[in-house]
Formats: sequence, structure tokens, C-alpha cells
Amino acid sequence: MWKWLHPYSNPQTTYNLCGTLTPWFAGISAILLTIGLAMSLVFSPPDYQQGESVRIFYIHVPSAMLSMGIYLGMAISALCALVWQMKLTETSIAAMAPVGATFTAIALFTGAAWGKPMWGTWWVWDARLTSELILLFLYLGVIALHNAFEDKELAGKAASVLALVGVINLPIIHYSVEWWNTLHQGATISKFDKPSMSTDMLIPFAISFFGFAFMVASLICIRFKAEIIARNSMRPWVKALAMEKEAN
Amino acid sequence: MQLTYRKAFKTILVRDLTIAIRHRDDIFNPLLFFIITVSLFPLGIGPEANTLMKIAPGIIWVAALLATLLSLERLFKNDHADGSLEQLLLSPCPTFVLVLAKITAHWIITGLPLIIIAPLLGVLLNLHQDSYLALMLTLLIGTPVLSLLGAIGVALTVGIKKGGVLLSLLILPLYIPVLIFATSAIDAASMNLPYDGQLAIIGAIFVGSLTLAPFAVGSALKVSIN
Repeated sequence: MWKWLHPYSNPQTTYNLCGTLTPWFAGISAILLTIGLAMSLVFSPPDYQQGESVRIFYIHVPSAMLSMGIYLGMAISALCALVWQMKLTETSIAAMAPVGATFTAIALFTGAAWGKPMWGTWWVWDARLTSELILLFLYLGVIALHNAFEDKELAGKAASVLALVGVINLPIIHYSVEWWNTLHQGATISKFDKPSMSTDMLIPFAISFFGFAFMVASLICIRFKAEIIARNSMRPWVKALAMEKEAN
Repeated sequence: MQLTYRKAFKTILVRDLTIAIRHRDDIFNPLLFFIITVSLFPLGIGPEANTLMKIAPGIIWVAALLATLLSLERLFKNDHADGSLEQLLLSPCPTFVLVLAKITAHWIITGLPLIIIAPLLGVLLNLHQDSYLALMLTLLIGTPVLSLLGAIGVALTVGIKKGGVLLSLLILPLYIPVLIFATSAIDAASMNLPYDGQLAIIGAIFVGSLTLAPFAVGSALKVSIN
């Protein structure tokens, strides 16, 4: 595995890989989102209790799942950065954090918009909502810490320590607020044996979820490329790249 | 000369305590901040006794969080400024021991006075009479957690010029579990319900952060010192 992974510790190789992957991810995401959102927002049946407002679900749940998924990815990168001292994984934290923060904000916003017609209030201090809010704070902390350092290499290391501490705290925070107070419904998707959702809602959901996931992947690739270039701006290959862009 | 871990721990602890005793402001300012913050609430909310009784645990705990936050910067800042932090990290003794000694000293300087003064503030806020023991116990187990987790944040921001505001952004989200369990323990006590479950969880958080936080602090300090 190391032999296979080894070339990607070179920024240039990784940059090129991201370059080739980005259009694929973006394309797949565009196709899936078009199909998925059309199915979910127009053709899927309205809920028998919630009516049409259930359609927020198709944006709310994928973004909430991705907000946590991105944090997990960030924490894995942080672990790799701290244990194996890989420079590029530090860079990838800077690429992931703002995307994750945005998806957390989207999940919170759509949740509030959904809560108003269903629960009759924009915000309650419920377990899920509170832990999602704290997740947003953790993201903002990582971003702020990363921006506070002049030296980007130090910034990456410091941010990875914080991301790792945050991921240890995340389950604690989650369960603490869960025991504290709860109104949000339990998991509906992750029950694999018998999903408590009908198939004609599950399929559009799955398609739009993967659409959003590929969108996240392409966004992260683009940001990752930008971060790599910013940190290697003195390298000859970056200069050559800039010359090439200028010539065209 | 070989330094045993116990001796290294003791040396750092005594050194930090001596420094703190010679700069008495370091001990009293966070404490005064704690008292003033708590006494602002009855003025803002109104002196109605039942309302105060309901919110007293939360106010005391939030004020304790903020007071700890205020005092945290001192943990590594001066040592970083005069270069002794670098010397500490260069020593053959594991960073874990040294960091733990510094955190212990910090807790003795800031955490213990908070615990001693808290019942007095409980009287001011008309805390339920069954809650005093719970308040003391949660503070006793909870404030070391605040020092331990806070040390991570300070270690990360010690090299930055204006780390103070950033520190609160990094650390306060991590303090939330302690706050939740502590206040729910005090509330349970006021209703004469058992609260040993909440105490056990705070204890678990304490033991977990005691074993893990010094490692995080060590690696964060290595980043900051560079």
C-alpha cells in the first residue's frame, strides 16, 4: 500500500490527481443532483403527516450527514498529519474545514426552516440541534486557528491538533446533549435492516445524497488544489504552471 | 544527574505556585471576576428569589467557566515570553509529566479558590439548600477538567500575538459537556433526586482528559514553540 501511496506525498502529483478528479466529481454530482432533486422536490409523494414541507428533508439530511462526514475526514487527516508527519494531509484540513462549516450551516438553516412549520418554532435547545451548533463552533475554531498563524505549516499542525481534540469530544458532546434534552426524531436512514421510510422516498434521497457527496468531493478538490499552490508558490513547477496559464 | 518523574513534577509544581504567590493578582483577579459576574445576574434578571434559585447552578458554573478561561493565558504565556518553556521542552523528562505539573499548579491557583468561594455565591443567589454539596462536588471534579482542556487551547495559541479571543472560541465548545452534566447534577440534587450518575460521568470525563489532554498539550506546545 505504501508503494502505491508514496507518489502522492509529492504535492505536484496530488495536484494533478485533484485536477483530473475534479471534473469527474463535478460532472457526476451535477447529473445526480439534477435527477435526485427533480425526483425529490417534484415527483416524490408528499408525506401523509407533514405534507409538502417534508421536501426540505432531501436537502437537510444529506447536508447534516455530510457535515459530520467531513469532520470525520478532517480528523483522519489530522491523525495522519500528526502521526506520520505528512505535510499534504495538513493542507487538506485547511481545504476541508470551510466546506464542512458551510454544510453545517446549511443543515442548521434548513433544519430551522423545517422546524418552523413542523414544531412551530425556529429553534429549540434539542440534542441534535445543539450538537450540530457545537459542531459549527468546532469548525469555526479550526478555521480561526488556521488563519491566526502566519506560517502555514505551523497553522496546519495546530489545526490538526485541534481537529483531533474536537473529534474525541464530539461523541461526548453528542451524548451529553442527547441525555440532556431531546425532541428531534431518531435516526431513520441508518437502520439498515428495515428503513422506516418508504422506498419511493428512499431512492430520491439516496440519489440526492450521493449528488451532494460528490459536490463536496469536487469542492474539496478545488480548495485542496488552491491550498497546494498557495503553499508551494516558490516551487519551479508552480511557476511553470503560472507561466503556462499566462501564455494561454 | 538523573531526575525522577516525581521530583520533576514537584519542582515544576512548586516553581509555578511560588510564582503565583508572588504575583497575587494572578490568583485574585479571576476570583474577583467570578464574583462580579455572578453578582451581575441578580441585577440584570431581578432579585426574585424563586427565579434566582432556578438559575443559580447555571450562573455559577458559567461564571466559573469564564473565570477559568480568563486565567488560562497565564499558564504558558510568561514562560513562553522568557524562554523557559523551550527549556522545559528540551529537558529529558517526558513532556507529559511537566505539562501535568503545570496544569496541577494552575488548578490549585484558580480552581481551588473558586470551589471555596462558590458556596458564598450560592447564598447570594438563593441556591436550594440541598444543592450545596452537589455544587461543591461538581466543582471539585469539574474544574480540573476545565484546566486540562483549557491547557490544550493555551498551548495552541501561545505563539499567537492576540490569542485571547481565539482561545475562547477554541475552548468553550469543549467545555459544554461538563457544564451540562454539572448543572443537571445540581438540579437533580435540588429536587432530592440521586445525582451520582452525573457525577460519575464528570468523573469519567476527568479521568479521560487527565490521561489524554497532557499528550495533546505536549504536541500543541511543540507546534507553538517550533
